[in-house]
Amino acid sequence: MNRSATPTVSATPMERPGSRPATAPGPGAPLLGAWRGIGRRLTGDTMIQCLVVLVLLAAWETVTRLGLVHPFLLPRLSSVLMRIGANVAAGTVFADLGLTLYRAATGFAIALVVAIPLGVLMARNAGVRWFFDPLISVGFPMPKISFLPIFILWFGIFDTSKIVMIAFSCFFPLVSATYAGTLGVDKWVVWSARSFGATQNEVLREVVLPMALPQILTGVQIAVPVALITTVVTEMLMGGPGIGGSMMQAGRFADSVGVFAGIVEIALLGALVVRAVERLRAYLLAWHPETRR
Amino acid sequence: MGSLANTAVRYAPLLIVLVMWEIIATAGPLSNQLLPDVMSVLAALWDLILDGEIIRHGLRSLTRAAAGFGLAVLVGSAAGLLMASFRPVRLLVNPVVQIFYPMPKSALIPVMMIWFGLGDMSKIVLIFIGCLLPVIVSSYNGARGVNPFFLWSARSLGASPAATLLQITLPAAMPELLSGIRTALAFAFILMVSSEFVIAKDGFGYLISQLGDGGAYASMFAVILVVAAFGFTADRLYGSFVRYQLRWREP
Repeated sequence: MNRSATPTVSATPMERPGSRPATAPGPGAPLLGAWRGIGRRLTGDTMIQCLVVLVLLAAWETVTRLGLVHPFLLPRLSSVLMRIGANVAAGTVFADLGLTLYRAATGFAIALVVAIPLGVLMARNAGVRWFFDPLISVGFPMPKISFLPIFILWFGIFDTSKIVMIAFSCFFPLVSATYAGTLGVDKWVVWSARSFGATQNEVLREVVLPMALPQILTGVQIAVPVALITTVVTEMLMGGPGIGGSMMQAGRFADSVGVFAGIVEIALLGALVVRAVERLRAYLLAWHPETRR
Repeated sequence: MGSLANTAVRYAPLLIVLVMWEIIATAGPLSNQLLPDVMSVLAALWDLILDGEIIRHGLRSLTRAAAGFGLAVLVGSAAGLLMASFRPVRLLVNPVVQIFYPMPKSALIPVMMIWFGLGDMSKIVLIFIGCLLPVIVSSYNGARGVNPFFLWSARSLGASPAATLLQITLPAAMPELLSGIRTALAFAFILMVSSEFVIAKDGFGYLISQLGDGGAYASMFAVILVVAAFGFTADRLYGSFVRYQLRWREP
């Protein structure tokens, strides 16, 4: 993680260039590398970084206690933590976060169930590819969230429109990752499997999907944050229970402690989910060279 | 001529979808309220252009997105390069990045409302923060991967730290940095529209929700399609810019 770019700053033996050669993320996951390293080893660097966080938190508390910032603009850290504690004790935080997580997970799962077969089909069948390739290459860079009012119009303001919106947003990164991953599978491996007498289904299950899995999981790692962002926006817009709705309500009643408590809660949920997906990747790809390096 | 025919065949599915939309909207069981037909959407778009509504709101939105995104690219790439090159900077900035990176940035919308009100600033800051993190992380990862031999050579030839940073580290980080900026571009559009849905008095998102609330669904569809087209075009333009920038790289 902290492989030095410059030779002069190698403080600990572990940091010397070359001693941990391949910690740079693979080409498919350029944005996921920085997050991967935290908590891996308690080196001196990690301690300093924890200290930085503690100093920032202490500065937050001090500045607000001294009255340098209006408490409406930045409430005290201690009151935010107490609010979170009260939310935990009352159980509302679990209700809110649970509902948010349920919506995000359902939408994501629907997208996954549609996108993976379609991506595989696109890579294997010219007709399917012809039809869906332009639709996906046009749909991928569009800001999907702008379609939200259409889904509200069609499905109302309750869970259905939220979940459809989340599924629609997650679909594009998932399908293009699956398509690219399946297309990139080494033809020699497929041919070898065929020549050993594997059926189409066996080739798909035993060769193509495992070989495409790293790229599919990279798509998952892009789609999961998208699911969370979209869930929060839909909840803010449509109100009701869920962390986004609760934060919006707190904002409307000028309850900035509630808003900041919501931010801390959703940040924790985001961190947990992102970590869980990384664990899942390491577990599913235990056989893959990227895990062993 | 042949390439024109190829393009026609390649993009025919888009036309098929449009035709299917038109058939479902005019002949289907759905009421015209739920799915306005293509012609009335185009007519509504023409009206919105003629009375200047969409141009006025669009300019507001795009200015905000450009301001937040541009600032994020400048600050983020500099921060990433400095993090990779100087250990104290890395130790200071990295924990903050680690905390904010996995957080769904849309959760900051209510805070932006508290801090900056309904004006431009709340949206610009939100877009800036949302775009900043992918740019920092990609710039850092790219700069980290620079071949140390190049740095040593430059140093031994007497290059200053600033020159090393700009002439060795930055070009080496470029491919990864440019792909991070592409992610940031997508975020800029997403956050622009979502923040304008929730808090705004003008802009694309505001116009869409206003038209939707007023029941002018054909106009609402028109604006949504315009926003989608802008997102798509920006991404394509950026893609060709990247290909041009990285033309020195062996394919």
